[in-house]
Amino acid sequence: MSVVAAAAVDVSQAAAGSRPVPMWRALNAALRDAMSADASVFVMGEDLTRWGTGGGIYGVTKGLLEQFGAARVRDTPISEEAIVAAAVGAAARGVRPVVEIMYSDFMLLAMDAIVNQAAKARYMFGGQFQIPLVIRTNGGSGIGKAAQHSQSLETLFAHIPGLEVVVPGTPADAYGLMLSAIASPNPTIFLEHKALYNERGVVASEPIPLGRASVVRGGKDVTVIATQLMRKRVLEAAEILAAEQIEIEVVDPRTLYPLDMETIAASVTRTGRVLIAHEAPLLYGFGAELAAQLASRLWRSLKAPPQRLGGARTPIPYAEDLEKRVIPDVAAVVSAVRGLVKS
Amino acid sequence: MNLREHGRMALRMMLLIREFEQRLKGFADEKLIRGSTHPSVGMEAVAVGVSMALGPNDCIASNHRGHAHCLARGADPGRTLAEIFGRADGYCKGKGGSMHIGVQELGILGTNGIVGAGIGLATGAALAASVSNRNEVAVAYFGDGGSNQGVLAESMNLAAIWKLPVIFVCENNHYAQSSAIERMFAQPQISQRGPAYGVPSVDVDGMDVAAVYDAAEAAVTRARSQGGPTLIVADTYRFLGHMADDTQMYRALVEVDEWRGKCPIDRLANTLTAAGLLSDQERNEMSAEAKREVDDAEHMARQSPVPSAQWAFTDVDTWQAAEGVVA
Repeated sequence: MSVVAAAAVDVSQAAAGSRPVPMWRALNAALRDAMSADASVFVMGEDLTRWGTGGGIYGVTKGLLEQFGAARVRDTPISEEAIVAAAVGAAARGVRPVVEIMYSDFMLLAMDAIVNQAAKARYMFGGQFQIPLVIRTNGGSGIGKAAQHSQSLETLFAHIPGLEVVVPGTPADAYGLMLSAIASPNPTIFLEHKALYNERGVVASEPIPLGRASVVRGGKDVTVIATQLMRKRVLEAAEILAAEQIEIEVVDPRTLYPLDMETIAASVTRTGRVLIAHEAPLLYGFGAELAAQLASRLWRSLKAPPQRLGGARTPIPYAEDLEKRVIPDVAAVVSAVRGLVKS
Repeated sequence: MNLREHGRMALRMMLLIREFEQRLKGFADEKLIRGSTHPSVGMEAVAVGVSMALGPNDCIASNHRGHAHCLARGADPGRTLAEIFGRADGYCKGKGGSMHIGVQELGILGTNGIVGAGIGLATGAALAASVSNRNEVAVAYFGDGGSNQGVLAESMNLAAIWKLPVIFVCENNHYAQSSAIERMFAQPQISQRGPAYGVPSVDVDGMDVAAVYDAAEAAVTRARSQGGPTLIVADTYRFLGHMADDTQMYRALVEVDEWRGKCPIDRLANTLTAAGLLSDQERNEMSAEAKREVDDAEHMARQSPVPSAQWAFTDVDTWQAAEGVVA
């Protein structure tokens, strides 16, 4: 057994169990398990097998080439449009491609294949074709990748009929949602967060169904809805607020489409107050959609108008001090919650 | 092409396509067709020659001018026309229309409203064959216009490095909508682009169905023997406008007449007659048969009901309920 293959086995064994694993390993294990279970699953993307210690820009595909071979683990040229278009055509012919787009910003080069082809094929052709395609990519800011490697584009994709949008915030969610995304007959945009690949957590071995929000922390005073990096900041804010006897309930939608409004609405019904926080620019962000739905559904249960926190309407700046200014931080969450409780 | 074996079949299909496509203008005037339809009168030899080289498990990805590709691939004229009319019996329940005709069981991955998009889809279909060890070939049909989309360059390179069984069929009809190749290409020999990516390429007379078939058959043989992709550039011409309401101010009538003189149907018929394989009476009978077949298709499409109202909300994904959920 080669050194690389030995490492691969270690990754797989590390995934499910009581030991915390980083997000990238959880994703790696999900790909490995899905590829082991279904020979029609294959991965392709740029620099998947020979970058770093072998395994894509953040290591997620590590060891897959050695285990599954070059036919099912494909390094591609830098051709995002053709990569995604080919994945759509392949999915229409009965296989299950999992494409890695190195950064979600690069998805914009493949928008025809995503929006005009993948998302519409089932509908346009009257239900004859399904496109069981997963496009994995990473979005978000926080590590100095600057304007063209740090956007949060989830709302762009969630707005398109026919696409599923998955935004996992923990290794367990990443693992379980990836299995469901690969099994799904619909095209899925699977947005990982580049600042969370080394976040650790315990992973179960079961799929997590799409469209089920997670109540991450219970609390009676305010519901705070957040995903990924903002979820992490909200949980930090929760500790500060708890010291002030303000108990927030943290809900992570986990998938923006399908969207679990039942779990979200039930929480907001209990607390009567809601804050939605996201990294993407506030204007037209998913916070606006949730606020509108909650206001119209729960008007009489609300003790205060729904509030939102979001990114500034700027590209993501490079310098650390500037980057911090355009994305809501822990203090912004604390302040917004305090304001809600007072109102 | 062995004319004795395949000539009459090719002629019959070209006559059917010609009859089908020539009626569309009238249907548009009658308001039976909404939006845009793009007839391929004059270009029949390409669709027919390529299709005859394919097998039942192969597949095609077409473009906005794609009825001929579908019919040549075996699509039922009635269901095709019903789709163009937006009727319930259309292949896509009336939800696609002329530019979105897909037929799963025939391996038709759709006509396509985005110029060049089928190139990537066909490359992917070939990738599916390669990944799953199925001996299938995929064809991408596109025009001179589609050749200038970046996806052709990307797809040819991808197909070449992975030796994918895909055939890039460029129907060079000399005009991208109103834009002549002389205005849009500094170097208009599109077949020169293939070798630049390691894709064997061939120019073929697109008004000669036998020549198209021979080129396609060679490409299919290469694809099936793990030899990888081929680019076929067929020189052809559309006799009608880009779509029904085209003024055609971008080209001279004398040029259209000149190309009409190269009609691929007349050419094949005359060749068959000269070879003693077709009498005038048989030719007339075949024309009449094509008319009858399109009469039947027209009858079916006219009789077909409008789609059920609830179909507006179905088939988006596996989440959206039939009655049209907002969330």
